[in-house]
Order: sequence, then structure tokens, then C-alpha cells
Amino acid sequence: MQPAAANTGPGWPASIFDPAGPYAGSITTLSWLLLAMAAGVFLVVLVALWVALFGKHRLQKRLGGTRTIWIGGIIFPVIVLSGLLVYGLSLTRNLAEPVPANAMRVRITGEMWWWRVAYLDARGQPVNIDANELHIPVGQPVVLELESSDVIHSFWVPQLSGKLDMIPGRRNILPIQADRPGTYGGQCAEYCGGPHALMGFVVIAHEPAQYHAIMAARRTPRQQVAGRGEQLFRSTGCAACHRIAGTDANGIAGPDLSHVGSRSSLGAGILPNNRGTLIGWIGDSQSIKPGNRMPAYKMLPAQDLAAIATYLEAQK
Amino acid sequence: MKSETGFDPALYDRFPTEGERPEGELEELERIWCAPKGWQLLAAVNNNYVGTFYVGTAFLFFVLAGILALVMRVQLALPLQGILPQETYNQFFTMHGTVMMFLFAVPMMEALGVLLLPQMLAARDLPFPRLSAYAFWAYFFGGLCFFASIFFGLAPNGGWFMYPPLTGMAYSPGINADFWLLGIGFIEISAIAGAIEIIVGVLRTRAPGMTLDKMPIYAWAMLVFAAMIVVGFPSIILGTLLLELERAFAWPFFDPTRGGDPMLWQHLFWFFGHPEVYIIFLPASGLVSMMVPTLARTKLVGQNLIVMAFLATGFISFGVWSHHMFTTGMPRLSIAFFSAASMAVSVPAGIQVFSWISTFAVGKPRFNTPTLFALGGLITFVIGGLTGVMVAMVPFDWQAHDSYFIVAHLHYVLIGGMVFPLFAALYYWIPMMSQRALSERLGKWVFWLMFVGMQVTFWPMHILGLMGMPRRVYTYLPGRDWDTINFISTLGAFTIGLGVLLFVIDLARNFRFTPDNDAGNVYGGGTLEWLPTGLYSTRSIPVVKSREPLWDDPDLAKNVEEGRYFLPNSATGLRETIVTSPLRAEPQYLQIMPGPSVWPLLAAIFTAGFFIIMTIQAYKFSFACGILAIVCVLRWLWDTDRLVKEETVDVGAGIRLPTYCTGPSSHGWWATMVLLTVVFMIFVMAMFSFVYLYGVHPRFWTAAADKWSLLAILPAYAAAAGLALLSRHMLAREKTEHWTPGVLFVLAVCALVAGIGIDFWSWLRSGLLPTTSGQGATVYGLLSLESILVFIAVLMAGYISARNGRALIVRPRNNSLDLCVLFTVYAALEGAVTAILTRLFPWV
Repeated sequence: MQPAAANTGPGWPASIFDPAGPYAGSITTLSWLLLAMAAGVFLVVLVALWVALFGKHRLQKRLGGTRTIWIGGIIFPVIVLSGLLVYGLSLTRNLAEPVPANAMRVRITGEMWWWRVAYLDARGQPVNIDANELHIPVGQPVVLELESSDVIHSFWVPQLSGKLDMIPGRRNILPIQADRPGTYGGQCAEYCGGPHALMGFVVIAHEPAQYHAIMAARRTPRQQVAGRGEQLFRSTGCAACHRIAGTDANGIAGPDLSHVGSRSSLGAGILPNNRGTLIGWIGDSQSIKPGNRMPAYKMLPAQDLAAIATYLEAQK
Repeated sequence: MKSETGFDPALYDRFPTEGERPEGELEELERIWCAPKGWQLLAAVNNNYVGTFYVGTAFLFFVLAGILALVMRVQLALPLQGILPQETYNQFFTMHGTVMMFLFAVPMMEALGVLLLPQMLAARDLPFPRLSAYAFWAYFFGGLCFFASIFFGLAPNGGWFMYPPLTGMAYSPGINADFWLLGIGFIEISAIAGAIEIIVGVLRTRAPGMTLDKMPIYAWAMLVFAAMIVVGFPSIILGTLLLELERAFAWPFFDPTRGGDPMLWQHLFWFFGHPEVYIIFLPASGLVSMMVPTLARTKLVGQNLIVMAFLATGFISFGVWSHHMFTTGMPRLSIAFFSAASMAVSVPAGIQVFSWISTFAVGKPRFNTPTLFALGGLITFVIGGLTGVMVAMVPFDWQAHDSYFIVAHLHYVLIGGMVFPLFAALYYWIPMMSQRALSERLGKWVFWLMFVGMQVTFWPMHILGLMGMPRRVYTYLPGRDWDTINFISTLGAFTIGLGVLLFVIDLARNFRFTPDNDAGNVYGGGTLEWLPTGLYSTRSIPVVKSREPLWDDPDLAKNVEEGRYFLPNSATGLRETIVTSPLRAEPQYLQIMPGPSVWPLLAAIFTAGFFIIMTIQAYKFSFACGILAIVCVLRWLWDTDRLVKEETVDVGAGIRLPTYCTGPSSHGWWATMVLLTVVFMIFVMAMFSFVYLYGVHPRFWTAAADKWSLLAILPAYAAAAGLALLSRHMLAREKTEHWTPGVLFVLAVCALVAGIGIDFWSWLRSGLLPTTSGQGATVYGLLSLESILVFIAVLMAGYISARNGRALIVRPRNNSLDLCVLFTVYAALEGAVTAILTRLFPWV
């Protein structure tokens, strides 16, 4: 079973021409400038070529000679390129300006083929763990610490900023910012083997008040209902890989499920999160995202799958 | 006019000679140069045959990799299709890139060089015909075995860029990655063999009088091309070696937990990988610069500027490798440097484009198939160049990098810069090799299908990339506005496929190989390859007085054919060509060339066997093949470097040239120097790896070898160099026993063995192992490189002793001994630098 045709990851389409914040926005401006430059230069070359092939003899005579090469091939490009370079480098500097030290920090770790998300406090300690989805407040920069625990991945949410690689043994810093609330899709951009094509990500930007409410709710201890779903979660081995805060499910190999019920997507940004997709994912994630590290649980009867799903839906 | 070698240019005035040539000369040339018949044709080494096989094989790989692309386009035509499973798709895109770059583009350019250069330079053949044959067959067998891996699901799946850690043992435990590393590592050897051939061929076998400024522009392109291979390929050879060592023996070059760094691979890969693009583009640009003047019926405008552009491209392209790494979090200063360099490299490209435009403006272009392909290539290449400038702007690259925008960009550059020029060249030069020219009518169809198909396939991909579609995805989700664009792109891909199919039909209908009875100068070119030729190239070798000799001297073809120029016969009764000086092409000596031989073929088969069998880990068979390969190479060398009876011969008009030459003006010396440059570049990249890893992770640098051991190592290497030079010196002395030089050379090699032995011993005593850390891996890596050189020197010692015993090391100077001495002295130097460098960090 592949994801149904209606399913797409949340936050798409995500064109770079529809930026949602200053980091992506200034690149969009640059992109329009570059496209105009490319179109203009291409037109000049086409006109020159047209004259060379079909133009009036008088014009052809002016075009034939090393002077053309000096003007068209050397002087003209040097002027255009120097201008671009100066503008581009100043933009690079602005984009790489250090963000305020008190900016909110989140560590995102690339995993084959999902993302570990840790909201950090001022001392750089994780205060809240999540996966594949990032909540941010609008109107302020958020600093992402990008790391990898296995191979090289690349973090790319086109509407919020350019991409930056996640390299084992290194930490890269990427500021992002959204100026309007919304859901922004992203996807791993560095080939990381297997189902690299299905390693998506979602950023959700909220008004600050709403954002703080969500984070505050996450910090208050949740009352766990002991039920069939919870028993099954433990007895079928889910807890070996997954963690749910406040329970003894402490696995760290797979995505943290403490807030899975509140996520907008499943399978790392590739399915909308609802009861049907959740049951489908638990029962046979391999047919949805072949090669991912979670085994299929086809041996579980339907009511067991439904019970586990009920339990997980409650993890907001 | 000044002279370079003491040759009197006034002697050129003796040509064309008067009077009839004696009967039977032409028949003798034909007899000497005739190719073996039937199955023995496989032993042919003449460039007409090897070149044609070579071009054909490269084209085969173009078609195969193209078919892979079509299947991928079917898979991507709609979202979430299951035509190609994930793993198969990952193998397909890896193979498509790898085959197109390593088995099609570079070999095709070398193949055309082998085929065209001797004709353009009016040499009888390239200077090392058996090396060409070896390079071709190694590529042929190695390439086919490599490609076959896809039928067994064993093809590499880590992308053509093979980034570790994904390609390391932990994440790619299968032998797929080994196929890439060993298969490609070995095809690079073939590329380097070709580069040596081309450099020495262009600089030393030009027709007399063809000074550098009269040299065809294509020869310039090939010279820069070959030089770039010599500088660029060592980096990837070292990279593949290190990654294979990490996979096979856990030497942690790229493992950050043990003092390695995955970024080291990216530096090594792109230091080769970006120049690679220009390595592909320059020869194609040279072809266009040859064709445009003929097609426009005028001389090339700004030839000197184009030569400068070639040189500038070659130079700058080695300063731009990091623009493939703008998204890795590089320091801002290096970003600024690489961004500027990446833009600068577009200026030489602009020079070439405007030179062609200007040439068309001066001339009266004919709109035949080569012209269409040249124009289509120009337009396509300009678009690719402009998107290249866009991605050189770092912030834009942060968005475009690894998206479909790059897929579009690189296909515009490579198809516009290399594939369309190649098709123009095939239509243009096939009449030189075939009884019939290709069809102009079909050709125009081929062009329009390929050109329109190309734009329809790749133009929309720019948009896809900017809409967030990453590269190297086996499928994509619906609802992202990517569906329609992908579908259009797939339609375009099949249009290209149709064009290529039509071309194959054209080939089948009209291409009939012949070295002598060919269709001839269909387009009216002015350079020497359009002289009437046989397998021996031209009947006599003309004196060149201009860039387009055929246009400037209407009688040239007739006089050449009647033997009124240099070497109208075979002066020694053997295959031979005139070796000329590098700058002014003054005749220096007559090179005796080897004829057909089965040994290069066998050596190639066993070399391929050594590498391919090693991937499937049947080490005994692999090493048996390796030994057989060495035996075959030595056997093929054994016949070479012999004196002929005549010390000097008349090469026409009473001009006498020697038949043997030693020292720095011999072609063997030049080839050895080029080879040593390759070896040196590998060493430079290894030293870079050592210093780089130290810079990244100094805390892993803990062990130190005994510095006092240098007191033994350095004298050992000094003795090696000294004894080697002494052996060469003693050969020139009348009074010494005939066996003295051989014995001295063997002693020199013994000293080399002692040097590396002590170095190894002192590192082992320090307790450092290659698996310990990045330091251990790079130290033993450097020692291993030196060991390989010493191993080769040991083989040389055996070879020299055997030749000495058979009295083949002839006084006062002998090339075999000279070149082995040269190699040994180099090995001693590299060994000494290795010993010192590895003891510098940490300085305890």
C-alpha cells in the first residue's frame, strides 16, 4: 500500500518564490535578480547569434572580429559578474550574521530516515523531545543546531531558509524565521540511501501566545490511562525503540512518540496524521515507506492495531 | 627565424621534392602498416582501429546509460509509481551518473583524441600505440564487467559522488560500493594512460614546421584536457583507495569518531569532480572550434584568445571545487573565494562562445547537420552557463543545491557543452573513417528531435527545483505541484531517445569502416586530417606553414600523396614516425614504433580481472590475475627499446635523422615525467589528507615514531638515489664491466627497500596501528603509497638485470636504464619526504 493519492505531506507546495520569512525572502529577491540577469544575457547572446547568422551584412561586419570577443566575452561578463559578486557576498554576510544570543534554539539530528527534534533551554539542555515536526513562534529568529547520527543529511524547508547539511562529527548552525503563521513543508536534500525520497519535515509557525501555550502544555505531566493500547504498546515491543515521556517506554532508536497525537503528519512528513493512516503505518509501514527501520506488524489483529492507535492518539 | 634544436629551417625549402619517387615505396608502407586479419585484429594497435573501437565502446555506454535514464523518467512520470523499486532506482541513478561521466564522457573524449590527433598532426600514429591498445581494452573489459553489475542487483547505490559515511561499511555492507571503488579506480588508470599518450603525442609528434601557434585548436584543447587529467584524476584515485582501505580494513579516514572526517572525501572527490566538467567540455569546445571555421567557410576569429581561454579554464577550474560544498557550513572567507572563482571560470567560456558567434558573422554558414548541432550546443551551453553563474551566488545555491535545479543546470552544461558538439563531430568526421558519409536528411531529424527533446526534458526541471523537489528521489508525493512538470519532462526524455535511435539507424545504414577508401573531405576542412590517408596516415609528412594548410596550398594533397615531403617511405623497414621538438616542431629523430601485439590485450584482460575479481573477494584469483598482468606488461615491454642497424637514416630530401635518442629529448623521458607528475599528485593529495585530518582532529594525533630513525632512513634513500645515478653514469664509461650498471641499479633498489623497511619498523614500534585513528590511517596510507613505488622499483631491478644479462643495456646511454633510474630517484625523494612529514605532527 502506497500512501493514498490524496495524501501529501503537510505544508506543500513549498516554492522558494513564496517565502515566509526574511532568510528565505532575501534569497527570493536575489533569485528574481539572477533570473532577470540570466534572461537578459541570454537575449544578448541570441541577438548576437541571430545577427551573425541572418543579419544585415553591415551588422555582420561589425560583429566579425576579435573586438566582439573582447566586448561580449570578456568586458561584459566581468562587469556583470563583479556587480553580482559584490551583491551576493554582502547578502551572504547579512544572512550569516550571528543571531541574538537569546534566540530560541532547537537541535535537529538527522537519522535514517527521520529527524530527531530537541527544544533546548538557555543552557543548551533539551527540555522537550519530539520528532519530524517543529513548532516555532512567528516574527523571531530560531536557531537550529543541525547534527547527524549516521550519514550526511541536509535540512531544507524552502520557504524559511536555504538548506544546510547535517554532517556526522560536526554541528552546523542555521537560523530560520517565519513571519506569518502556517505550515511549511521540507525534505531531506542530501541523498542518504534507501527511502531518502520519503524523508520529509514539517515546520509549524504559530502566533507567540499560541506557541507558548503549546509548549507549556507539553511541560505539564500528562495523566496516563492504563488500557489495552498501553499494554500492547509494551508487550509487542514498541517501547524498545520509542519513548513516551512519563512512562517506562524509553527506547531511543526510533522517533519519540510523546506528542505523536498532536503531529500533523506521519512517517516523517509523508502522510497526514489520522486514525486510518496511523493504523496503516503501525501494521505495515514497510509498504508505505520501504526500507524504513520499523518492522511491519502484520501479525497483529486489527483490533490490536486500533487499540495501539487509540493509545498513541492520546499522546498530545 | 630562430631554431630550437639547431635544425636549419631553410631545409624546409627543399620540399616539395622534385622527381618521381621509386616504385614500391607505397606498397612497402602498406605492407608494414597493414592490420592483422580475422581474429588477430584484436591485436591491432594502430590508432585507426583502436580509436574506432574506443569511440564505438564509449557510444555504447552512452546508449546504455541513456536507457537507464529513460526507465528512471518513466518511474518519475507520475507520483508514487512502483515501476522501479527504491533500491533499483538508487542503483540506476548511481549508474547513470557514473557511466555517463566515467565510461562515456571522458573515454569518448580520449577516444576521439586517439582517432583524430595523429591525423591532424600528420603523425603516423600516437607515440605509444600499445599503451593506447592497453588503455582501450582495460576500459572495454572493466567497463562491461562494471556495467553488468546492474543485472545482478550488485550495482553501486551510493550516488556517483559516493559520500561516506553512507558508502562506508556500516551503511553499505554489500559489495555494491566496492564495485564502484575498484571499477572506477581502475578505469581512471586507463584515463591516465590515455592522457600520457595525448600529451606526448601533441608535444612531440607534430608534423615538421607545425609550431605551437600553427597547431590546430583541437590539439590545444586536448593538451589542456590531458594536463587536467594528470592533475585532477590523482585526487580521485587516492580517494577511492582510501575509502576502499576504510571499507576493507577499517582504516578510519572518514570516521569522525576515530579522528577521520567525512568532509575529507568531499574535498578529494570535488578536487577531481569539478575539473572533470571542464575535462569533458574543453575537448568538445576544441572540436567545435575546428568545425565552425569549416562550416562558416572562414578562419576562426580569435584563435589566440581561445587558447588563452583553454589555459585559463584549466587553471581556474582547480580553484572551484568547494562550490559543490557551499551547504556544508564552510567558513565565510572560503565561501567568498570559491564563489568568485566559480564566476571567473565563466569568462573563458564566454570567450569561446563569442568567438564562434564572431566566426559565423564573418563567414557564410551552411546549415547542415554539424552546423545545427554546433548551434544547438551553443544555445544550450549558454543557458547552462547562466544557471551556473546563478548557483555560484552562494545564497541562491543554498536553495538550489541538490534540487532539480541542479539536475537541469548540469544537463544543460554537459549536453550543450559536450553531447551536441559530439554529435556534430560524429557527422563531421565520420566521412574520414567511413566509405559513406552519414545522411544529412536523417541527421536534421536527429538534431531537431534531440534539441527539442532536450529543452522539454530539462527546462522544466529548473522550476521543479525551485518548487522544492530534491534530487536523487525514487518517487515523490502528489499534491506538490510537481506532477505535470515531471510528466512533461518524461515526454521530452523519450523525444531525445527517439533522436538517438534515429542516429543509430543512420549509423547502421551508412557507416562502413575503412581507413583508406573513405568518403573524404565532405565539408571542406582545411586541416591535415583531410589529407588522403591510409593506415600509415599520410603517404609523406608535410611541412606545415599555416593553420589551415589545405586551404592555403591547393597542391598540398597531391604532393603529399606523391611522396614529396618527409618520410615518403619506411626508412628502416619498420613502423616509424618523426619525433619533433615541442615548441617549433623541428625534426629531431625517427621513432621506431611497435606493431601489433597480443600482450597489451592480455595485460588489459588480467588487469581488469585483478580489480573485478577483487570486488567479489576471491583474492587468490585476483592476485593470480595481477601477477599475470605484470608478466604481460613486461613481455610487451621486452621487445621495445632496441637499436636498429642504421644509426641515422634519410627521411627525405637528404635530411638525416638518428634512429635512437636518449635523455630529456626522448619521447620515453617525456612520458615518464608525465607519469611521475601523476604519482607526485597522488602523493600531494595524500599529504593533504594527512595535514587536513590533523587540522580537524589534532587530539587524535597521539603517537610519535622515533625521530632518530630518520638517521637511518634518510641515508638509505640517499644511497638509493646515488647508486641509481651512478649506474647510469657507469654505463657511459668505456672501461667498466658490462654487468656493472645492472648490479649498481639492483643495489639502489635494495637501499630503497631498506629505507621503507626501517620506516615501517619504526612506526610499528611506536605502537600506532592503521586502525587506531586518523593519524594511523594516514601515516600507514603514506607508507603504503611509498611501498607501491618500491614494489615497482623491485620489478624494474629484475627487468634491468635480465636486459643487462642479455646485453640489451647498450652503451653509452640506454632508455630502459635511464627511465628506471629516473623512477628510482623519484621514489627515494618521495620516501624521504614521507619519513619527515609523518614525524612532524605531533612534534613530541
